[in-house]
Amino acid sequence: MKDKVITRIIKIAGFSSIIIVLMIFYFLLKEGLPTLGEVALSDLFTTRWYPIEDYFGILPLFSGSLLVTFISIAIALPFGIGTAVYIAEIAPARVKEILKPLIEILAGIPSVVLGFIGIVFLSPTLRETFNLPTGLTAFTGALLLALISVPTIVSVAEDALNAVPQSYREASYALGVTRWQTIWQVTLPAARSGVITAVMLGISRTLGETMAVMMVTGNAPTMLQGIQSIFKPTRTMTATIASEMGEVASGSTHYHVLFFIGIVLFLFSLIINIISSHFSEKNRKEKEQVV
Amino acid sequence: MSNSKISIRNYSLRYSDGVQALKNVSLEIHANAINVLFGPSGGGKSSLLRSINRLIDLADVDETSGQILFNGVNILDKEMPVSQLRRKIGMVFSRPIPLPKSIFENVAFGLRVAGENDPAVLHSKVEEALKQAYLWEEVYDRLDDPGISISGGQQQRLCLARVLALEPEVIMLDEPTSALDPVTTARIESFLQEIKDRITVIIAPHNMSQSARVADYATFFLQGELIEVGAGSKLFVNPQDQRTQDYVEGRFG
Ligand SMILES: Nc1ncnc2c1ncn2[C@@H]1O[C@H](COP(=O)(O)OP(=O)(O)O)[C@@H](O)[C@H]1O
Ligand SMILES: [Mg+2]
Repeated sequence: MKDKVITRIIKIAGFSSIIIVLMIFYFLLKEGLPTLGEVALSDLFTTRWYPIEDYFGILPLFSGSLLVTFISIAIALPFGIGTAVYIAEIAPARVKEILKPLIEILAGIPSVVLGFIGIVFLSPTLRETFNLPTGLTAFTGALLLALISVPTIVSVAEDALNAVPQSYREASYALGVTRWQTIWQVTLPAARSGVITAVMLGISRTLGETMAVMMVTGNAPTMLQGIQSIFKPTRTMTATIASEMGEVASGSTHYHVLFFIGIVLFLFSLIINIISSHFSEKNRKEKEQVV
Repeated sequence: MSNSKISIRNYSLRYSDGVQALKNVSLEIHANAINVLFGPSGGGKSSLLRSINRLIDLADVDETSGQILFNGVNILDKEMPVSQLRRKIGMVFSRPIPLPKSIFENVAFGLRVAGENDPAVLHSKVEEALKQAYLWEEVYDRLDDPGISISGGQQQRLCLARVLALEPEVIMLDEPTSALDPVTTARIESFLQEIKDRITVIIAPHNMSQSARVADYATFFLQGELIEVGAGSKLFVNPQDQRTQDYVEGRFG
């Protein structure tokens, strides 16, 4: 009897979360799709974002997001995986006990706080070190985002490494394989799908992050122009939505385009989530084969 | 009378949790013979095998004492190059553990790590090892498939092949057939008879009948103590110690 009530409640909770997601998606489409009637596709996919004069080229925002995400992951990936390997495979128990909570604390710092640190500390340091006109650049944002995604990558990748049965390592050592070769050639490949999931989660965290990047990337919707763009101000899709949504007239073209950008973001996260759930599913199946 | 390949002298092992897994064990492992370690679970057989190839380094060990001499060298020596030791003393575990690699790479991996990079040499050594383990006929047309894609019995032969490829002087097998069907078990047992002229075999079978079938020499372990040692033909028929007799006759275990 009691069980039935609880099952009921869980079911309702489950259904309502599905319904809420569907409603969000519906709302996004309803507010974003009118864009296609108001702005020609050929105007949408141009390089000038200047909504006050009705220039709605979303490419600079798109490239801004990709640039920042890409650099950030290029930094976070080796750091995150390296730290996970260190914690799971190398660190003595006592160091592990200190590092793990530390990573969790880092994961819990609100991104506004990190953004603040970025403005008062990171950005001036970068400006002086690289002799830049401004320290608010794509690179600054990428560094901060790396700081935000590393804890996610570390904890998921570390779990994946810990889930590799000790017998794999023993089998490798028993063949005369050294510790490093075992880590790179046996343990990491055995944890591969979990590690990929970790990176995917890191990417989606990075792509969706708003506050920190808005604060430190200089907020200039300029088009990607080769390698030097890394050290110039830029602006991501999320930062654009967050900074302009407050001032825009509801129902205007600008308003619709901002939602359209939301749809693009949504599709991105969807693709990344599909990829990562594909790998975690694979991971689960591999585990079952071992057991 | 055959000569000694490994000489264990007054060896004791205590784990960090306080378990005294081996107590003052002295034992000669005979060259070119099948040496059986048997006794109820918890007797210290696996601990001894893992000491011989220094896999024990991975466990939380409180203290070891005594000596284990292999070709006259004490392998417990801190200076001992363990990778080389493990290539010379191969090990097969109770569960087949294919590494996350192709069938071919499972066998080639140990060779590569040992410094063999010539693809032609690798290929012929892998083929040779798979043939020795009676697996070649079943996998030669799918060497690039993952190691876990073959059946359990095939996987265990793959693990055997992977050890054989390194041309070891000694092979240790810890309950190697506990997860296998009778046909594969019989195959592996007859294989051990074939190779024992070249490779010294140490095996801890998972049951009495296998122990009695394959033993040239047998050693009975009980709770970390070596109770009795002797030729297989005698020990199982006419044990001297009451405890050995009780175990052999199935009164406990
Ligand atoms: N890694 C370990 N850490 C602590 N105790 C262990 C470890 N491995 C084995 N033991 C203990 O040592 C004793 C001997 O075990 P083992 O060598 O596995 O015996 P057997 O192979 O004969 O069953 C058992 O009491 C077991 O619980
Ligand atoms: Mg055992």
